Amino acid sequence: MALGSSDRSVGTASPASGVPLTRQRGRHTGVGRAHPLVALLWLSPAIALIAGIVVFPSVMLFQASRSRYSITGLRRGEAGWDNYANVLTHPDLPVVLRNTAIWVVAVVALTVVISLALAQLLVKDFPGRRVVRWAVIVPWAASLVITSQIFVLLYDYNYGLINHVLTTIGLRSESIDFLGDDRLTMASMVVVGVFVSLPFTTFVFIAGLNAIPDEVVEAAQVDGASGWQRWRMIILPLLRPALMIASVLNVIYVFNSFPVIYTLNDRNPGFSHDTMITFMYKLAFKSQEKDVGMSAATGVINVLLILVVVVVYLKVINWREETR
Amino acid sequence: MSVTRRPRLAALIGALVALGFLAPYVVMVLDSLRTSSDVKSTPPSFLPREWQWDTYATVLGDGRFPNWLITSVLVATGATVLVILIAIPAAFMTARHAFPGRRAFLLVVLITQMFAPTSLVVGLYRQFFQLNLINTYAALILTNAAFNLAFAIWILHGFFASIPVEVEEAANLDGVGRVGMLRRIMLPLTLPGLVTATIFTFIAAWNEYVVALTLMIDDEKKPLTVGFRTYVTGYEQHWDQLFAASVLAVVPVVILFALIEKHLVGGLTAGSVK
Repeated sequence: MALGSSDRSVGTASPASGVPLTRQRGRHTGVGRAHPLVALLWLSPAIALIAGIVVFPSVMLFQASRSRYSITGLRRGEAGWDNYANVLTHPDLPVVLRNTAIWVVAVVALTVVISLALAQLLVKDFPGRRVVRWAVIVPWAASLVITSQIFVLLYDYNYGLINHVLTTIGLRSESIDFLGDDRLTMASMVVVGVFVSLPFTTFVFIAGLNAIPDEVVEAAQVDGASGWQRWRMIILPLLRPALMIASVLNVIYVFNSFPVIYTLNDRNPGFSHDTMITFMYKLAFKSQEKDVGMSAATGVINVLLILVVVVVYLKVINWREETR
Repeated sequence: MSVTRRPRLAALIGALVALGFLAPYVVMVLDSLRTSSDVKSTPPSFLPREWQWDTYATVLGDGRFPNWLITSVLVATGATVLVILIAIPAAFMTARHAFPGRRAFLLVVLITQMFAPTSLVVGLYRQFFQLNLINTYAALILTNAAFNLAFAIWILHGFFASIPVEVEEAANLDGVGRVGMLRRIMLPLTLPGLVTATIFTFIAAWNEYVVALTLMIDDEKKPLTVGFRTYVTGYEQHWDQLFAASVLAVVPVVILFALIEKHLVGGLTAGSVK
């Protein structure tokens, strides 16, 4: 678990003025050993909250996934592994899994690449930088449901401004059905997914870039490295910790992202544009089946899926680091 | 790196970037000032055909919006206070002390980061149903607190760990106890981390959707994210009010964010998820 055990941080800048810039790199910076019971006392509120609201519902979820439910949500007895079998043999599952893979990979990859460029711009000193930074924050501060709702209207076939602009300037003779055309729905959703993921990712990269000492870059400049060389050989390697954190957190957030797909895909019937998360929700609350047990089984599969993906991702990163 | 050779070019690109990020929200503001039928008219127009200024008064006056706002404020504030109060002792203990089970605890926290309330929503519903907490603020506060705790602990852990040992040793010589050390010496040094953790939790709770959608049944107890959708249903279509409510929900958070923008970068730099 590289995230937990590694002693690297995004940056090395001091957290507050008055603290030296170079931080202690020791294992445990603290002087004190704590008695286990004292430690437990300090950790107990956190443990209680995690046990009560994360672990316990997980157990409830697992129980539900092994139970049979009526269409109105009443428990009708044990189901064994039937719900899992039903989910795994669900005719729409391959499509949903494919959608999930496209959604996560496309949104995270595009977000990371665009955020790198944005961060590079926003650490430069230019007139109006603060205003640009504020503008970049807005999609983060606005709730996902609201942003998605705006995009539903922007994309609209009849009333949408995007189509209006495209047809007015003559790029298209006919409107495009961004959210109804099967070939375009996922791409249209990915655009919104990237749009709302950019602020957080960009700010992580700005923090990472700020932590790179100017002298390092200046030294490379003196040595005659070109702009691209400096970026590729010096800045990018130093940005690795920030890159790793941003990509791991984004994989988790994007996988679990619900409002964007739920809102933009609202009027399409069936599961043809759903990811595992909206598939799970619709199974319990929206589909004809209204099957709580199957939905719970999908929830368990989702939790396992994200754990496996993150662990594998971290292993690959570590492995590549070691084989350098 | 900090000074660019072509500030004008950078400013121009910056202006375009800002425009790109703001454009959807400009449309949102303009839509809030149209009549509802103008929002859905063919062909669409950039500016409202008729400026309708009283939508905001309608939204604020009809009783629903203030209720949703109260829920959002209560839930986001409650969850944030809870997270900070719980994360501080946990992060301080794990960052500055050696004890058996320290790594195990941090690992558990890390794993909770991967659990989203979305995946657990069926489990959460069953649990709160049994506890008779469906349709209560407490359920939303607890859920938002629990699922944002991991990030706060990691941010604060980074800050506590980055304080030099000498500071702690000096304080020890002065004979302050563990609580005094935390309160008088450590917390002031981790202020940027606290600001970051506070804002992250507040925003996440303010924008939470799925759990509120599932657990809050009464219309008047829904938070903004869920409530504002009832302006446009199969029965009534008040697009103007929907977007006016959206503007009212977004603006305070944007201002809050803009105010702490500097801390945001500093907070992520020193702390972040180690």
